[in-house]
Amino acid sequence: MSTEIEPTSVPRIRTQFRLQWEEAQGCHVLLYPEGMVKLNGPAGEILKRCDGERSIDGIVADLETQFAEAPSLRDDVYTFLSTAHDNQWIQFDA
Amino acid sequence: MTTNGSNSTPKPLWLLAELTYRCPLQCPYCSNPLDMAKYADELSTEDWFRVFREARAMGAVQLGLSGGEALVRKDLEELIAEAHRLGFYTNLLTSGIGMDERRIRAFKEAGLDHIQISFQASGAELNDFIAGNDSFQHKLEMARLVKQYDYPMVLCFVLHRHNTGEVAQILDMAHALQADYVELATTQYYGWAMLNRDQLLPTREQVRQAEAVAHEYQERLKGQMKIFYVVPDYHEERPKACMSGWGAIFLTVAPDGTALPCHAAGSLPGLSFPNVREHDLDWIWNDSPDFNRFRGDGWMKEPCRSCDEKTKDYGGCRCQAYLLTGDPANADPVCSKSPHHAELRRQVQITTEQPAQLEAPLIFRNMRNSKRHIGLPETDAAPTRHVDRTIVTG
Repeated sequence: MSTEIEPTSVPRIRTQFRLQWEEAQGCHVLLYPEGMVKLNGPAGEILKRCDGERSIDGIVADLETQFAEAPSLRDDVYTFLSTAHDNQWIQFDA
Repeated sequence: MTTNGSNSTPKPLWLLAELTYRCPLQCPYCSNPLDMAKYADELSTEDWFRVFREARAMGAVQLGLSGGEALVRKDLEELIAEAHRLGFYTNLLTSGIGMDERRIRAFKEAGLDHIQISFQASGAELNDFIAGNDSFQHKLEMARLVKQYDYPMVLCFVLHRHNTGEVAQILDMAHALQADYVELATTQYYGWAMLNRDQLLPTREQVRQAEAVAHEYQERLKGQMKIFYVVPDYHEERPKACMSGWGAIFLTVAPDGTALPCHAAGSLPGLSFPNVREHDLDWIWNDSPDFNRFRGDGWMKEPCRSCDEKTKDYGGCRCQAYLLTGDPANADPVCSKSPHHAELRRQVQITTEQPAQLEAPLIFRNMRNSKRHIGLPETDAAPTRHVDRTIVTG
């Protein structure tokens, strides 16, 4: 459970979950057996990049390019990924 | 559902497609209506495609493919493929009977997201007695294949007096099968379960012990297996927020196309419920009188109307209010504020404290008994199954 999150860790959405954009909700949602989590904008942008290929550093760099004006972006990513991991939405491959 | 879409117009996020009421099992607590024999004129594949399309356009995202036994439908693979194409998260809720490796593979290829297998108990004897056939070993095999084909594994156990004592064994079995989620689903007393209530209601002590065991396993298996345990509401002081409110997120379509705010609502008096063969889902959900009948809180009477918890539990369950008080607009008698609460308490006490005096055979869920219930001729020539054993309780 208590995995250390390293900059080189590669997060991936666990197979039980499916991330998709829901037009009717106007947001990304995480779907799982008989359930759904509505994600806010930043959460959706981060999870979208948890593809099992990019490291956390890579995700942060990518977000910084796209959302240059966002303050404390790195901290936000770490905080959210830690929550996502506690909720078992993601796993770390490295 | 984690969300209820309360900040906007309600959307039918959850579509439950009851594809058929045909089922090889005969569980005496089945949530299908007692008059299920009336629903024999099933929707076609094309009808279901249209229902899926319309629901998806309205924001539906979770699709439950259920029954009866959905596997009885020969077009299940096609239905899954279309639902997947439309972007639904597809859940197959099944007994596992009618499934084999070939079909599990075909479902995967069609895009099925999740298979939930229900078990009746943790061992063959009780499982097969409750189910009314020798299904336990096959269910085990199917559960292993579900895992092998990389579906999230959800196992569902409906609890009642005869298996509430074996929650530990149930959870050990689920853990051994590497289940991701286990639903310990308390029997809800509607339909067939209501008919058999005196034989199914667990005692308060059984419930207390089961709850303690479930919580112990929840702690111990944290991070490995999620365990959902819902306390039987008959033993509670506040009602459940049934369906998250009437016409709030749930839409059920019965095998013949009848649209319902929940799968038990068909038994309510004074409501006719629209059919998808005659109306589009948008009208049914948004404009039909029946879907608006208990929406919001304008319909509420006291004690609900002035209750500060009405936005939390919506007055409980309309079907339960009707079954126990005769008026679906009354407060659910599970609520201690209900004037009918004391009577429910008394009934529960009599039923659970003197079960020996109430020994009667379980009435099994099958088309023969359904036809008998609604006074139709029993054309089925199969011999009646004799129940000649006593269940050993745990």
